[in-house]
Amino acid sequence: MSSDGGKGDLLLTMRGLRIEGQSDEEWHEIVKGVDLDLHRGEVLGLIGESGAGKSTIGLAAMGFARPGCRISAGEIVFDGVDLMKASESTKRKLRGVRIAYVAQSAAASFNPAHRLIDQFSEGPVEHGVSGRAEAESDARELYGKLLLPDPDRIGYRYPHQVSGGQLQRAMTAMAMACRPDLIIFDEPTTALDVTTQIEVLATIKNIVEEFDTAAIYITHDLAVVAQMADRIKVLRFGETVEEADTATMMTSPQQEYTKTLWAVRSFKKEPIPAKSKEPLVSVKNVTAAYGAVPVLHDVSFDIYRGKTVAVVGESGSGKSTTARVITGLLPPREGQVLVNGEPLPGDYRHRTKAQLRHAQMIYQMADTAVNPKQRIREIIGRPVSFYLGLSGRRLEERIRELLSLIELEPDKFIDRFPGELSGGQKQRICIARALAAEPEFIICDEVTSALDQIVAEGILRLLDRLQRELDLAYMFITHDLATVRAISDEVVVMLKGRIVEQGPREEMFTPPHHEYTDLLLSSVPEMDPHWLDDLMERRRRDGMMASTSTS
Amino acid sequence: MSDQDNITAQTADAVAPPPPRKRGVRDALRALAKAPLSAKFGLVVIVFYVFVAVFAPVLTPFGESEIVAAEYELWGTEVEHTDAEGRTQTVTLMFGTDNLGRDMLTRLLYGARNTIGIAFVTTCIAFLLGGVGGILAATVGGWTDQILSRIVDILMAIPALIFALLLLTIFGTSVLSLVLVIAVLDSTRVFRLARAVSLNVVVMDFVEAARLRGEGLSWITLREILPNIMPPLVAEFGLRFCFVFLTIASLSFLGLGLQPPTADWGSMVRDNATLITYGDITPLLPAGAIALLTVGVNFVVDWFLHKTSGLRDEQ
Amino acid sequence: MHNIVKLVAQRMALGLLVLFIVSLIIAAGVDALPGDLCQEMQGQSATAETLEACRKEIGLDKALPLRYADWLGGILKGDFGVSLANGRQISELIGSRLGNTFFLAGLAAIISVPLALALGILAALYRNGIYDRGVNVVTLSSISFPEFFIAYILILWLSVNWGWFPSLSNVGGDTPLAERAYKSLLPALTLTLVVVAHMMRMTRASIINLLASPYIEMASLKGMTKSRIILKHALPNAWAPIVNVVVLNLAYLIVGVVVVEVVFVYPGLGELMVDSVRKRDIPVVQACASIFAATYIILNMTADILSIVTNPRLLHPK
Repeated sequence: MSSDGGKGDLLLTMRGLRIEGQSDEEWHEIVKGVDLDLHRGEVLGLIGESGAGKSTIGLAAMGFARPGCRISAGEIVFDGVDLMKASESTKRKLRGVRIAYVAQSAAASFNPAHRLIDQFSEGPVEHGVSGRAEAESDARELYGKLLLPDPDRIGYRYPHQVSGGQLQRAMTAMAMACRPDLIIFDEPTTALDVTTQIEVLATIKNIVEEFDTAAIYITHDLAVVAQMADRIKVLRFGETVEEADTATMMTSPQQEYTKTLWAVRSFKKEPIPAKSKEPLVSVKNVTAAYGAVPVLHDVSFDIYRGKTVAVVGESGSGKSTTARVITGLLPPREGQVLVNGEPLPGDYRHRTKAQLRHAQMIYQMADTAVNPKQRIREIIGRPVSFYLGLSGRRLEERIRELLSLIELEPDKFIDRFPGELSGGQKQRICIARALAAEPEFIICDEVTSALDQIVAEGILRLLDRLQRELDLAYMFITHDLATVRAISDEVVVMLKGRIVEQGPREEMFTPPHHEYTDLLLSSVPEMDPHWLDDLMERRRRDGMMASTSTS
Repeated sequence: MSDQDNITAQTADAVAPPPPRKRGVRDALRALAKAPLSAKFGLVVIVFYVFVAVFAPVLTPFGESEIVAAEYELWGTEVEHTDAEGRTQTVTLMFGTDNLGRDMLTRLLYGARNTIGIAFVTTCIAFLLGGVGGILAATVGGWTDQILSRIVDILMAIPALIFALLLLTIFGTSVLSLVLVIAVLDSTRVFRLARAVSLNVVVMDFVEAARLRGEGLSWITLREILPNIMPPLVAEFGLRFCFVFLTIASLSFLGLGLQPPTADWGSMVRDNATLITYGDITPLLPAGAIALLTVGVNFVVDWFLHKTSGLRDEQ
Repeated sequence: MHNIVKLVAQRMALGLLVLFIVSLIIAAGVDALPGDLCQEMQGQSATAETLEACRKEIGLDKALPLRYADWLGGILKGDFGVSLANGRQISELIGSRLGNTFFLAGLAAIISVPLALALGILAALYRNGIYDRGVNVVTLSSISFPEFFIAYILILWLSVNWGWFPSLSNVGGDTPLAERAYKSLLPALTLTLVVVAHMMRMTRASIINLLASPYIEMASLKGMTKSRIILKHALPNAWAPIVNVVVLNLAYLIVGVVVVEVVFVYPGLGELMVDSVRKRDIPVVQACASIFAATYIILNMTADILSIVTNPRLLHPK
């Protein structure tokens, strides 16, 4: 895609856009005066962390505000039509015909009661763009262009009969149905696995180019936006931070905030020299099942003191189940878990207090991992008094010490409830709670994937520092290869309940790889704007597209 | 890793951390001041009823079932009344007398005591049974949950009023059997709710964390789960109270609830029902008293639900 | 389709099982009596011989399972036994009354179901407006009213003051349909008022829930008209919740009928049951309870089955 900024005439302009949202019967500003220009055929990337107001702006481009939100001021002009002043019926005639929308969760955004092709045809037929038969044949053609399997028949299925990645492409096809001038993509690949994401990204990019459609591409993922957009606009707290064409933005961001965003992925832990030859935890030939459904097959790996093992895989690979076996929530069918050479009882209820204490867990969603009705003092203090029997002043001192350890000021935080903390602070509290037990080994289950990138980076650095200071062993479960690259010593790659490949980090990230590891690694978007095109070119050459497009 | 990086990470975390919430009596009063008119009305009604129920004997010179005049005297009839110390005075019977010549107002005041008291006790028992059962079923799971849930399914498959009628036929209509029968039947609803809301909490990671820490059942239920399910339980208490109150009133109205000579609003309606055909609204007084209280409680619960969860739309 | 047939069959089997257990409970209840049925019947005048004879006659000398089998067999043939109070066949007592009760509940349903659905959908569409808030207060109040309160207010106005309707609904077996409907209107209206509030609140809640779905937002972002969104996008998914609301409230009507029948001295099953409870005429109470419970269980089962067969995810399995 060219990076010359504007391609054609101005299609959409926003001036001083302000949007308010209602909470507790009061109105708060979500978008605080944003200007935006979009030319015909141009793809604008809107990037920002949660709460930046990017989706709200995307919807405003259609003259739409969600219930509980209102556009309070500003100007939105789409191809000469002032959307702020336009009547509902004028806006209705634009929506779906000239401006279309692709939602984050296709599974929820398709009506479960109608077939895909019916929902595709609805737009063209209702808006009088084309007849039913014409729309259906167009649908089949678009399904083909978007590389959906069996494009002649897939439209006659219901949404729940089709996989997530396919639904997302079907939704893109639906958005294309009236050949709109503008499509809003609202995080279309966020809910997908990396290997699926790449396919969807590639097909979206191709079709947008083919029809020369302008697009607003909303995402929080820098590498993704670098592939998709001609121009990038960075948002924070409902305000524009900066805006430039993609190449400029990637190479020389101007603002401090943008620079930190860009720098986030630079963290890489220093390797720690091995201290002991005996594994601290070893998982030996574990096979496990939920009821009759087998989920783990003969899984074995070791974790050494002071080292991090990253377990990588996509959803359904069995990585979290492995953690459940180690913690004793799911007793294995076969095999066992050894700690310091001693086998642990399969069921956590049969383990001793000391055995429980030595393996702690940090969860993905810090929100649900701490009891919202307990103060920080109790959340961190309970394991201290429960395992170590401290009380009174010594307990208080220990809680404060732990808070300092996770870089939160004790006086400010000790009496707060979790609801009074930000997401990253909550995750720190979870870390403190794990540390309070004075464990040797901590399982980190996707601990950074629910956090914004800068905050996630802070958590990773904290975990790394604690590992050095306290000689902790981590089992780090993640689907994000960037995280793996940053923090692991050893890597275990899982697929469908089996270990595909395992070994030291450096070895895993240098070829030759196992076929699946290769697919996984090559699917992680890189910041280079040409990466996606190059990759697709390479895969087309290797004929890999065919084998994965059924995902 | 430099200090510079650490600061970045920390400032990122410090991004808009919500300020500490304000709590306390002052805040509760402020919330109250902002409450809709219906909720304020409901609160006033409840306070008034509780006052009447507690001070009934002080508020009237007559005894609960004392016959003071001829039956069905009109509103505002005056009678001579001699109290315990032998002093005689003229008392105006504001609402006249009932079918046996007892003072209607006195009966209404005592009725508040009996009807509300019994409904309250019944609701408490229902909550004790259903609440404990529901939380346990959700926390322990497995067979305990299966057995308790199936028993409740069966009990709920029969309409409560019909079941109550059947049981009262068998066990007779004493206050004790009334309270127990209604409490057991009603506890099934509490069980369902307590189990459902507990299940939402039980799947949370902090409960798993507590289990993996090795905490016992009492810590998990009392410290981890209970505080998180209080708002729906409190709201449910209000709703269940209304339901129990109405059921008992209905049973009394049918002649199967509280037995004479106890003053009770349901049976007062029934005893004086014939008056309605003469256009006399006296029997509507106890009926209205029942309606007013349930309306008041429902208004307060509605506001409370709206306030605590924003889930008004989902009830 | 295989899946859905299996689910429906499972649900029906479950319904039958529940019916069976409930019948067990009702039958066994009698055994919890202090003393037994014959002592209850004969009271003070009982002698050892008459008791013995009585027990033999109604089969009390047999073991409980046998007696249960007899009783259930009887019911299935329409034989509910004999009333203790007057020695008449219970099936005779129940016969016309059952019809009356269903007539009353049916009349109430015909008025209340369309009314409640319309009001509920309107409240959902214009939620948080003045209409919605007003409706919320009114329905919340009317839910809180005991049935007899509403009944007497209606009697006072529509019957005593204005004389439009009779306050007693003395319908008989040979009352012509029009007169029957006229005489039953006041009790039906009472039931309607009680049930409409419930039904429309539930309708409102489920419609609001539905309208919050992302696919409804998607439809409006596709530029569909409001009416099309409601008819084509919301309605096909609304059947399950609406059917549920309707059937649950029909079941509620069956119970609500008891009090209303007593107020209006309407010769229905509910009135008979209350009367028999007062007389402790246990076989009659048993029979009435069985019929009420069976109706209730079957209605609930129907609600479940209807929501299974209208669920698009189950209708079109993978």
